[in-house]
Amino acid sequence: MSTVTTDICIIGAGPVGLFAVFEAGLLKMKCHVIDALPQVGGQLSEIYPKKPIYDIPGFPSILAGDLIKNQMEQIAPFHPTFTLGERVEELEKLEDGSFKVVSSEGTEIFCKVVVIAGGLGSFEPRKPAIENLANYEGGKGVNYMILDPEHFRDKRVVLAGGGDSALDWAIFLADVAKELTLVHRGTTFRGAPESAAKVTSLAEEGHMRLLLKSNVTEVHGNGQLEAVTVVPDGADAYQIETDYFIPLFGLVPKLGPLENWGLELDKSAIVVNTFDYSTNIPGVYAIGDINTYPGKLKLILCGYHEAALMAQSAYNVIYPDKKFVLKYTTVNGVPTL
Amino acid sequence: MQEDITVYVETATGERVEVLIPTDMGLSLMEGLKANELDILATCGGMALCATCHVELLQAPELPEPSDDELYMLENLPNLTDSSRLSCQIKVTPALNGTVLRLKGND
Repeated sequence: MSTVTTDICIIGAGPVGLFAVFEAGLLKMKCHVIDALPQVGGQLSEIYPKKPIYDIPGFPSILAGDLIKNQMEQIAPFHPTFTLGERVEELEKLEDGSFKVVSSEGTEIFCKVVVIAGGLGSFEPRKPAIENLANYEGGKGVNYMILDPEHFRDKRVVLAGGGDSALDWAIFLADVAKELTLVHRGTTFRGAPESAAKVTSLAEEGHMRLLLKSNVTEVHGNGQLEAVTVVPDGADAYQIETDYFIPLFGLVPKLGPLENWGLELDKSAIVVNTFDYSTNIPGVYAIGDINTYPGKLKLILCGYHEAALMAQSAYNVIYPDKKFVLKYTTVNGVPTL
Repeated sequence: MQEDITVYVETATGERVEVLIPTDMGLSLMEGLKANELDILATCGGMALCATCHVELLQAPELPEPSDDELYMLENLPNLTDSSRLSCQIKVTPALNGTVLRLKGND
């Protein structure tokens, strides 16, 4: 756990978050950037680093990964600091009007302005629509990811899903769990063919139970999970007693904890004032794909523009007594921090 | 200029909403539905990443096979049906005229 003190805390290290560091730096405001992913660049690094982007002014074509590399070079004079691989959890407004941002790992960032440049949000496990499922989360039998397989040694486990992770974990847990069941809605697996073949043979040899064309529809227990209901296509439902139920249905981008910060939202996007991209919480801004306003376009280009206007307004928050003067980089060069 | 095609979106109550989509703008079906202000988030903007544009095609022409990326995403959906597709991966063409679908992305 560590503590950081800065002028601006930028949530999201994608292209727009990084450019916000630049715009803030021109006005001599220090930035700390936090991102749930272990590297900078957001989607551009995580999802499509090798894809060309054609609508960055001045670059007829640039690879997403190169754009991020260039942006890191561009902001280097401002010495931004980073917390990577940690998701933001809490936002607290302190008595003097400044903020405390707390991460999933307990890192505390004290800042005067918060800029949310969270893009798609953070990627979280997709949860099936089963009533009361949430009642068994948090150590009561329902997990969405497997952090330590040893946790399941000699336990009864029901997995659900048909993707790569469902297959991989089924193969791994077949040796570890006392009793393993994989429930899959389809009849075939689209994941790696070797994994699919392995799961089929493990089931034939009796090391696990494979239930195809079936769905888990209910969870049962009394505080702790005891059983799940399985419904096979066109047949009667039955229950399987189990210690754990682990749905593995991939990841889905979500706003995450930001959703509970009291921000005004519209269809999972943060509503902003286009004057300065401020949110309904004074001192908190939202820029890039995560915000919405009439006429919003989800373009990197638009996020850059939003970052510039945000920085001007943030300056007035941080230095209420100083007059803002726009300086051109061609006249003044790039100051350093 | 080509004429718009008509796509029908079946609501939870079985009612069919008529949606007009132009074929000469290189739109995906998701973009066409979203432009008509239907309830689609399309969080990822068409990269087959979020599945919020998941549709069930009740009546549709033969379509090109889904890509590996789309198949991977579909495979992970708890509410997958035999005729599920990600509408962001379907190009709007005149052949799509008369398609009937259900929105499944918010289930």
